[in-house]
Amino acid sequence: MIPSSGMPTDLRLYRPRVSTWWWTRKRSYFVFVMRELSSIFVAWFVVYLVLFVYAVGQGEAAYRRFLDWAASPWVTVLNVVALVFVLLHTVTWFNLTPQAMAVRVAGRRVPSFHIIAGQYTGLVVVSAFVLWLVTR
Amino acid sequence: MTRRRVEPLVWLMFSAGGVLAAVFLPILVILFGLAFPLGWVDPPDYQHLRAVIGHPVTFVVLLGLFVLMLVHSAHRFRYTLYDGLQIKHKRTVAVLCYGTAIVGSVATLAVLWAAAQAV
Repeated sequence: MIPSSGMPTDLRLYRPRVSTWWWTRKRSYFVFVMRELSSIFVAWFVVYLVLFVYAVGQGEAAYRRFLDWAASPWVTVLNVVALVFVLLHTVTWFNLTPQAMAVRVAGRRVPSFHIIAGQYTGLVVVSAFVLWLVTR
Repeated sequence: MTRRRVEPLVWLMFSAGGVLAAVFLPILVILFGLAFPLGWVDPPDYQHLRAVIGHPVTFVVLLGLFVLMLVHSAHRFRYTLYDGLQIKHKRTVAVLCYGTAIVGSVATLAVLWAAAQAV
């Protein structure tokens, strides 16, 4: 029963146990969980970039040491895996945007193809800018 | 309840961080994670990097980028634990995830600030 405060007091709901591994049974479930796990690698790369900025702040020798550390096998493997997950995040995020957000121009809904193409254009522009900024 | 008022803000930051991660991270991982350390591309000149990191605009952009991506990550990971791995300790999971993001954001601010002052 739900009293006027809105908080259920003695509700006993039937909740079937779901296995921890429910997502391994179907491909689409597996991709969903992989997409969600991309968050770990997003966090890893923020940490990595913060360490990079820290090294640059410490001086040229620290910057060189950071690059040597970053070239070690385990960091390289981690970053390759991070790249795979980050790309999975990018593709799935772009594909979901038109479903999460209905953009209307002059009262008509913009087709999802345009929204997805627009985002890839943004990706290219941002990538080109970053490349230009750090390598010029 | 406070939680209800905070929830939309967290979703907003999750979305903003998601967009930023989607457009910024691929090139950043390729360049800084692989190409520069492994020597596929010559790493940026130290003085140039220092000048870029010392610029106030870079400070603001990196701070916004890193904090939003941390919140995005924490929010998504919270639901991965809850729905994906069926860990039902709602409050503990939320506190741990957002707590880590807040600690990470403060550390990020400290590092970016120190690096910008060092120039």
